[in-house]
Amino acid sequence: MGVFPRRRLAAMALVAATALLTTAGCGGNEPAEGGPVTLTVDVFGQMGYEELYQEYMAAHPDVKIVERGTGGNLDEYSPKLTQWLAAGKGAGDVVAIEEGLLVEYKANPQNFVNLLDHGAADLKGNFLDWKWNQGLTADGKQLIGLGTDVGGMAMCYRKDLFAKAGLPTGRDEVSKLWPTWQDYVATGEKFKAANTGASFLDAATNIFNTIVLQTAGNAQGYHYYDTGNNLVVDSNPAVKQAWDTTMDIIDSGLSGKYGSWSEEWVSAFKQAKFATIACPAWMTGVIEGNAGPAAKGKWDIAQVPGNGGNWGGSFLAVPKQSKHQAEAIALAKFLTSAKGQIGAFKAKGPLPSNPQALDDPAVADSKSAYFSDAPVGKIFAAGAKSLKPVYMGPKNQAVRTEVENAVRTVELGQRNPGQGWTDAVDNAKKAAAK
Amino acid sequence: MSVQLDARPPATPAARRTARPGRAFRLSRLDEKYSPYLYIAPFFLLFGVFGAYPLAYTFWVSLHDWDLLGAEHPFVGAENYSRLLADADFWHSVVNTLGIFVISTVPQLLAALWLASLLNRRLRARTTWRMAVLVPNVTSTAAVAIVFGVLFGRQFGMINWLLDLVGVGAIDWKANRFASWVAISAMVDWRWTGYNALIFLAAMQAIPGDLYESSAIDGASRTRQFWSITVPLLKPTIIFAVIVSTIGGLQLFTEPRLFHSGTNPIRGGPLRESQTMTMYMFENAFAPHYNFGYGSAVAWLLFALIAIVAAINVVVLRRLGGTDRPARARRVRKERSR
Repeated sequence: MGVFPRRRLAAMALVAATALLTTAGCGGNEPAEGGPVTLTVDVFGQMGYEELYQEYMAAHPDVKIVERGTGGNLDEYSPKLTQWLAAGKGAGDVVAIEEGLLVEYKANPQNFVNLLDHGAADLKGNFLDWKWNQGLTADGKQLIGLGTDVGGMAMCYRKDLFAKAGLPTGRDEVSKLWPTWQDYVATGEKFKAANTGASFLDAATNIFNTIVLQTAGNAQGYHYYDTGNNLVVDSNPAVKQAWDTTMDIIDSGLSGKYGSWSEEWVSAFKQAKFATIACPAWMTGVIEGNAGPAAKGKWDIAQVPGNGGNWGGSFLAVPKQSKHQAEAIALAKFLTSAKGQIGAFKAKGPLPSNPQALDDPAVADSKSAYFSDAPVGKIFAAGAKSLKPVYMGPKNQAVRTEVENAVRTVELGQRNPGQGWTDAVDNAKKAAAK
Repeated sequence: MSVQLDARPPATPAARRTARPGRAFRLSRLDEKYSPYLYIAPFFLLFGVFGAYPLAYTFWVSLHDWDLLGAEHPFVGAENYSRLLADADFWHSVVNTLGIFVISTVPQLLAALWLASLLNRRLRARTTWRMAVLVPNVTSTAAVAIVFGVLFGRQFGMINWLLDLVGVGAIDWKANRFASWVAISAMVDWRWTGYNALIFLAAMQAIPGDLYESSAIDGASRTRQFWSITVPLLKPTIIFAVIVSTIGGLQLFTEPRLFHSGTNPIRGGPLRESQTMTMYMFENAFAPHYNFGYGSAVAWLLFALIAIVAAINVVVLRRLGGTDRPARARRVRKERSR
């Protein structure tokens, strides 16, 4: 006796609890049917899209755009985006993907809409060849992302600190101070001798990244992985050369040791605690954001030591989980069009990857008021078409982290350069195997 | 139902007439017997959905080579565990976790005990003091961690500035293993000491005052009363606080994670100075490795470690002075109140 009622009671309990759970789970507000489509755009850093959204919404009254993540750190954005993709829920309709992360997503292209199925093939001419190719999967059959910007390189510096140290302040003369990285170190030593209370550069990791991408771009076109996806940290002369140059910089005591992207780094911008920072085009927006309006006109932009190089740059992609793929694709196409890229460049400085946009007078002749009217169009855009990209392998992000951390341990005096290099190689191998 | 009716002994007409009240009686018997299960069912269902299921699923995941974004997850058996046990970075994070746990929990509970005994005296504005100790606990962990992260800054931090004033050289709180442990422990203690003090205070107030009175007549000092009456009678509460602190301390994540800012903070410093087990789990399961299987294996070993440490805590606390005393005291108290 009692078997049946017990089951019934259990069933009732189950029903009650399920009802409880489902009501608890239904808190979200679904958009009303037939209303405007809301597109969520996930970004990091400073993409400069605000005005473009306004323009797009004015032209498409049925679309409402919500952006998330401006000013955010890439290190926090990447895992979040990956979790959303893995969970099949949560990602925006259009998502920005940095080139280092894109290589990892390319291994699992099923998470993204193939833009080639949506007429993107006609847009090929709108992008620098290598930028277009970066967005393609290895077999060339799926286009994951449309290029936004590229990271043409320059060296930003504070004129007031240079003047204090008795160095020239005009951007052309400053560029002449450092045709090579050895000259940059020599200039740094002069700066240091003047005891301005500031250090010559922000962090060794930033300068290392700049040098390694430049050296590798000018040599075989890859750094940590060769194009066959073999880890070559220990055997690639470009990596070792960049490492040794960075060790010279650390050895000369030029780095302020402000861990890049940390709160101290941001404070150091505000307090004018360092005089130079390697600046890919997108970094100009970061500098302006961190140093604030008070430093307007105190910064300027000179040529980067060495020759060219590309650091960073992003793509816009549409995750398969988006419920409004068609509208999202249209928006991504608009934002990466010549017009969109020019608008973003004018707002926050990311350098277009679109050749027409690069030639457009609005970019080519542009000056930056914040950076003492530096002709940013001439400095960045001129070299953009001849940029030599660097190939990135499947675990690029994890390997880069290990090498950068090794640089940091030497910078902080926790390791000597020899131990640091051993760590870099060993930990990179370990990370690549994970 | 009919089956059950048939199973009963043959009913007399009289019994048939009383069938209705009989059923009501049976129903109320059933109600009495089974409705408690119904009342506790929500907890077990919720625990099943949000506790047991994730636990089992994590274990299942840990047996696979599970790339977070990958379409296929091949079964690898115990490989993740065997790799993990040979992983020096993992053991480094275990040592960090235990180190931070010890140097945060021990002073924290002692300070809480001391605070509680202060608050238990006759003080002016007693309620205000008692509420004040809980204020840090109300602050969001993220805010606490960010503020402490700035206080303990290498170049612009206030702590180093103060150290400089008294002639001590600056300490790199974020890139020195022991210093970062101390800084993180300070954060944890700032937040949790008051909370534990209130728990101890509540338990102290349940100790009958006549015990203190009679001991005072026997000539016991305040210190003697504290160690011979208060502490032994608080033992169950202390065990509770220790276990809760163990669970929280070994799962420490937000404080050390937000203590570090900048590139790749999940490492907890360039040489993983203050990377806890949960941070190591996150580093592997999410950025930059996205190896869910390996991360799940870390999670299970963390679970095992918590169980072991909690067991050690209980054993050690039981040994210290025996458990029967508080129980006896309670019995005495009950009899007296009768």
